Amino acid sequence: MGEKITINPVTRIEGHARVSIFLDDQGKVEKTYFHVDQYRGYEKFTEGRPFSEMPMITERICGICPISHHLASAKACDAVIGVDIPRPAKLLRELVHMGQIVQSHAMHFFELAGPDLLLGWDADPAVRNVVGLIQANPDIALKAVKLRKFGQRIIELTAGRRIHPTFAVPGGVNAALDEARRDEMLSFLEEGIPYIQEGIEIAKKWISEHKEECNQFASFPSGYMGLVKKDGSLELYDGIVRFMDKEGKIVREFEGKDYLKYIGEKVEDWTYLKFPFFKELGPEEGFYRVGPLGRLNVADSISTPLAHKEFLEFKKVNGGKPVESSLYYHYARLIETLYAAERAIEILKDPDILSQDVFTFGTPKNEEGIGVIEAPRGTLIHHYWVDGTGTMKKSNLIVATGHNNWAMSKAVDLVARGFVDGKNLKEGMLNRVEGAIRCYDPCLSCSTHAVGKMPLIVEIYNQEGKLEKRIQRD
Amino acid sequence: MKKITLASDWLEGCAGCHMSLLDMDERLVELINEGLVITATPITDLKVPAFGTDIGVLEGAVATDHHEEVAKLFRERCKILVALGDCAVFGGINTMRNYIPIEELLKRGYVNTESTVEGKIPQGPGIGKHLKKCMALNEVVKVDFYIPGCPPSADAIYKVLKDILEGKTPELKEELLKYD
Ligand code: SF4
Repeated sequence: MGEKITINPVTRIEGHARVSIFLDDQGKVEKTYFHVDQYRGYEKFTEGRPFSEMPMITERICGICPISHHLASAKACDAVIGVDIPRPAKLLRELVHMGQIVQSHAMHFFELAGPDLLLGWDADPAVRNVVGLIQANPDIALKAVKLRKFGQRIIELTAGRRIHPTFAVPGGVNAALDEARRDEMLSFLEEGIPYIQEGIEIAKKWISEHKEECNQFASFPSGYMGLVKKDGSLELYDGIVRFMDKEGKIVREFEGKDYLKYIGEKVEDWTYLKFPFFKELGPEEGFYRVGPLGRLNVADSISTPLAHKEFLEFKKVNGGKPVESSLYYHYARLIETLYAAERAIEILKDPDILSQDVFTFGTPKNEEGIGVIEAPRGTLIHHYWVDGTGTMKKSNLIVATGHNNWAMSKAVDLVARGFVDGKNLKEGMLNRVEGAIRCYDPCLSCSTHAVGKMPLIVEIYNQEGKLEKRIQRD
Repeated sequence: MKKITLASDWLEGCAGCHMSLLDMDERLVELINEGLVITATPITDLKVPAFGTDIGVLEGAVATDHHEEVAKLFRERCKILVALGDCAVFGGINTMRNYIPIEELLKRGYVNTESTVEGKIPQGPGIGKHLKKCMALNEVVKVDFYIPGCPPSADAIYKVLKDILEGKTPELKEELLKYD
């Protein structure tokens, strides 16, 4: 084997990851690895805590999608006390979840991944970011900032604060909504919908101008998984898990609480991120993708009108078969943003939304509780075991980004093989490799319940292990 | 207009403090227009702060050898070092792990979890090494300003940056000084 290239860290993603690319003597890519570098130990250090603290502790796994952990955790706690929470509480929880989908997706498209598409893969790394975007296109950038704000405002107005609220509790939520706050949300959501549509138009235009790239960039068959409503339409808060094989056939539908029957996780030596797989197909064949692309692939429709219209167009991309190219994640993400905004409006107009009936009291009845939700990045599972007093005995978490671990590794490998030429190395080539990861919008502090750092340094060693060349981005 | 450069990074944290920074919303654009230059941060492709960067902002506690390196690098290269959020200020939620031997933490995550099949503890070359104890930033390097909160509010972050831009010593009082 010849040289090794390290991309460290992958930037414009949440958390810390590295990529190692091994080259042969001709400078061609031989092997790649996607490493995730840290582990925080939430599964362990929560043992012995009162179960009712879990929604507040676990949201601190991730500041980008704290609401997902907060709600998956609250759902697991509901199961522990064996309570079906009042309908208004369910609506309020779903509302903050929609707020988070809007903020997380909007931020990813415009602030993290967008610069590659809108400014170009090979743009100067010093300006290939959101500030560069503000300078290049202040109108779009300001709308993007506002869109993210609207999402965060929904969370703030409903749950009391934007990040790490103390809102969802076992049995419901701890605050009802009033008219003034409802009306404020309705008014800015009306303003936000055209911004999202503009984003979708930008994505569609980009796709039509880069057809070939879109179809080839990290495109590969896989299984897909996501929640759906009873009628098979897209669901993000509470539904059944649907698993689809690479041909597009629905092979299983199951309740989240049965996840252990269907999902296993494998460990590899070179990364702290585990590799989930669909047990019926085994660790070699059972890989699958989650998140926006996975969800739109498994869904039959979307329940809100504007997003459904876009959904029908999306389904045409691969003639009704699952859409396989990783770049389509961005497009799917924006369609989901539109759904989330429309759904938030629906919820706010629901006659039950101002009801004071938001909480049912309960004490621990069951020894186990499982909560499953669609986080912005995919299916999130919280599983708790408690004793009779409600003290945590143990927990198991499978997070969205984990399910996509195999896919990210595969995407990195394909893009590295397609673009990296070790004899003539350019920064833009490596940015494309990072771009393959960005498609999946990984949240690595979630995935290993960890976070990280570091400069991008590329070191090229010759066969004797002597440093030949060093490219540094700083 | 005087330019003030800012670099930031996250250590053992959850990105929530950086989200709160973005929660300044339009005010972030305002600060940029007033001379704040965002250089090496997790949302840009420059990751190493240049020597002489005016403000270095770190989120998160120091939990691995890698974090220690970054903390020292920021100290060396930034004139003012700011600890952002409870994790950086006190160690935060991460320090819950300090009561448990690291091998036990890893065993739960990679061997004993119910969904794990044939688990093992990852030990490949180059993945981060956990320090014995997860620490606050000032246990490793000297810190100039502290913004507590989990996360600190966008208003608090705005106030500190605005004060520095105006050449004042930043100070947080009353509503802006919170520890939750
Ligand atoms: S202080 Fe709170 S918000 Fe900030 S990184 Fe730590 S856990 Fe996250």
